[in-house]
Amino acid sequence: MPRKRRELYNKEICACSIFGAMNRDGERFTGEGVMKAIANMHVRGNGLGGGFAAYGIYPEHKDYYAFHLMFTGSNAEARMAAKKDFDPYLCENFDVVFDEEIPHRDESTVSDPPLVWRYFVTPHKQGEEATLSDEDYIVAKVMHVNTKIDNAYVFSSGKNMGCFKGVGYPEEIGEYFMLDRLYQAYTWTVHGRFPTNTQAWWGGAHPFSLLDTTVVHNGEISSYGTNRWYLEMYGYACTLQTDTEVIAYAADLLMRRQNLPIELVAKILAPPIWNSIDRMNEKEKKLLTTLRMVYGPLLMNGPFSIIIGQTGKMIGLTDRIRLRPLTAATSGSMFYLSSEEAAIRLISPQLDSVWTPNGGEPVVGELNNMT
Amino acid sequence: MKSFVFPEFHIIRDEAKCGQCRGCERQCAFGTHTYDPVQDRLISDDYKCAGCQRCVVFCPKNAIEVRPTPSPYRANASWSREKMEDLKKQAETGGVILTGCGNDKPFRIYWDHIVLNASQVTNPSIDPLREPMELRTFLGAKPDIMEVKTDNGDVEIRTKLSPNLVIETPILFSAMSYGAISYNAFRSLATAACRSGTYFNTGEGGLPKEMREKFGKCAIVQVASGRFGIDAEYLNCASAVEIKVGQGAKPGIGGHLPGEKVSAEVASTRMIPAGTDAISPAPHHDIYSIEDLSMLIYALKEATNYEKPISVKIAAVHNFAAIGSGIVRAGADIIAIDGLRGGTGAAPKAIRDNVGIPIELAISSLDRRLRNEGIRNRCSIIAAGGIRCSADIVKAIALGADAVYIGTSALIAMGCNLCQKCNTGKCNWGICTQDPRLAGRLNVDIASQRLSNLLQAWSHEISEMMGGMGINALESLRGNRDHLRGVGLYEWELEVMGIKGAGE
Repeated sequence: MPRKRRELYNKEICACSIFGAMNRDGERFTGEGVMKAIANMHVRGNGLGGGFAAYGIYPEHKDYYAFHLMFTGSNAEARMAAKKDFDPYLCENFDVVFDEEIPHRDESTVSDPPLVWRYFVTPHKQGEEATLSDEDYIVAKVMHVNTKIDNAYVFSSGKNMGCFKGVGYPEEIGEYFMLDRLYQAYTWTVHGRFPTNTQAWWGGAHPFSLLDTTVVHNGEISSYGTNRWYLEMYGYACTLQTDTEVIAYAADLLMRRQNLPIELVAKILAPPIWNSIDRMNEKEKKLLTTLRMVYGPLLMNGPFSIIIGQTGKMIGLTDRIRLRPLTAATSGSMFYLSSEEAAIRLISPQLDSVWTPNGGEPVVGELNNMT
Repeated sequence: MKSFVFPEFHIIRDEAKCGQCRGCERQCAFGTHTYDPVQDRLISDDYKCAGCQRCVVFCPKNAIEVRPTPSPYRANASWSREKMEDLKKQAETGGVILTGCGNDKPFRIYWDHIVLNASQVTNPSIDPLREPMELRTFLGAKPDIMEVKTDNGDVEIRTKLSPNLVIETPILFSAMSYGAISYNAFRSLATAACRSGTYFNTGEGGLPKEMREKFGKCAIVQVASGRFGIDAEYLNCASAVEIKVGQGAKPGIGGHLPGEKVSAEVASTRMIPAGTDAISPAPHHDIYSIEDLSMLIYALKEATNYEKPISVKIAAVHNFAAIGSGIVRAGADIIAIDGLRGGTGAAPKAIRDNVGIPIELAISSLDRRLRNEGIRNRCSIIAAGGIRCSADIVKAIALGADAVYIGTSALIAMGCNLCQKCNTGKCNWGICTQDPRLAGRLNVDIASQRLSNLLQAWSHEISEMMGGMGINALESLRGNRDHLRGVGLYEWELEVMGIKGAGE
């Protein structure tokens, strides 16, 4: 019998470094500091992936969705052809306000870079889709591009934010995209990667994002198969071959679509153990029991620490038995999250407070003037 | 008519050891052993032996050995001994061959072709003796979304939730009715379920009135086609109600409890005259289609004030995944699927050995079908039929089941040796009989302790396997096929189960 291709799931396993910096007053700063901090955790990665999410970088286009697209191919021509194949789809579904290739340094050391392009767009909803919310519409289109269009992948799709990622050490990716010179953000999250079981590719680097939610992640999700089928029921296609993707989609489902506050979302992703729940007062017990009953398939099992970025927010969370490191710190209006304290100290030697959050307990930084 | 059938077993008695205590004679309800006062020795009649090994276990001198008969027919790959003897029996009687227990034919046992994962390096394995390991499971419908209202940190749940069963280990006792099994066996299952934080299923024979108050809270009561023993109190004393449509051992077939087993107590529990045959028709005569099932589901929900989950049990047959989807849409909160190797107290052998599909394939297909339709959260799946050990349970859950029913395993824990003579009512182990002398052999305290021990041992083993995989809550294993690999399976089998081959 000829060997036929079954639908096989894939999961990427990595142990990594994560870092996040946020100015809670909304003052923007370049990526120079976070590049220095993540470089300090160089040995936590192996040069097979690095990436950044930056919030507040496109004030001149802040009302438009910023799409960062990656086009792959064996040579420049093929990559350009992939873009040509993609553009009609984009133009059919969106009004493009402005687009350009994302500037980069050609003399950079990164290997085999794809063509990375950014588009600022507004949804052009027609027919049956006219009733969808803008966000649901974008999610549907992003899923379509990532699953149905060859050689084109959406890196990020939020407003006034963007992801920059690729194969290399994160400091190299930062240099390649010149994040220390060209962009100013109020929140930066960064990831240095140590993948252990699949070959590195640009789409597989962190952060993972959907709309303005980005996730950088250190760890391995042993519940991936369960999380994945549950998210697929809600229309999320897991295509980027990395378990981190499910966290981004879970955050989108719970926070945007189901409108649950982050405190409850943390209790879904990393719930307290039954022994603790059973000792709580009746009201808390009922709430947490119900959360676990309803959202059991979204429990993220296995070791992880994550930084979730959203417009005006940066959230740190570890798994419930705390098998991966995370340190939080504040210094004036600055709020930091990092795999290692030393990386924070490197760029901000004087800190107001430094602490290690408990497993399953979210730490949340928010813009002070969020309206 | 002289029977041409060989004896199945050969009894060897060590005369030097035998003390003529006549214990074996008393133990055997089939009358295999008789005492000859003239010779002062015990004579054994091989023809009567069921192979239940009761006399072997209870002989104080270890003087008895029961072996498969050594007399062979001439070897013939087509005409096995079983085929020849079944044919002879039918030539002698003109009847349907009845049997008990589950399918014993060598259909592929997929459990034995699936291996589990364990963590190495990138993900720490978890030691269940040091870290919490959570097996608690909820059975019933879950909402698509949960709406909450938050007010200054105070969270109020707005979504109306369906009733769910809570079990502390993902193992329930399968439906075995009072009437088919003895009162003591029935009560042992109930006692163990209550003690171990799980549920027993009453089967279709009702729940004796005096057990309702104490054991109702850990009972799933069944409504089957015979509608025996059903009244409002029966439905409401329990934690869940199960509509039995089919059974893995005999899909498409009803039930028949012979009048000899209908004692006064069984009769009163079933609400039928004593000594009459209790016949369950093959179909429910008010369910000829899916919309009829829906009406019964909602009738039961009305009768129980929407406070109890309603389960529907079906046998795994060819098109069952589509049927399962219909059952969820008809309003069921739980689907129990019973596979090819599920047991029975009595079934025509031709049916038991040839109808239905293996549970391993069925679990995965049903789970996938419900996921593809986006309704997997609207019901729980209980898998039944052929669960033999804790590893089978871990595999069943990773293939998509929420929990499992065990029937045969529970009987073996109580003493059953699978002699397949359940239908005779002469169970020497006191399990599948209504003869007070035999039933009295089963001590409720001991049998229920053996059952609880089994649940505890399996729960420990499940925790060990989960810990090895780096998973500390059972809900993260559910449908998590990443942790399974197939060995020695065909491509289509891997495809149906949605698992990779080992090494892939």
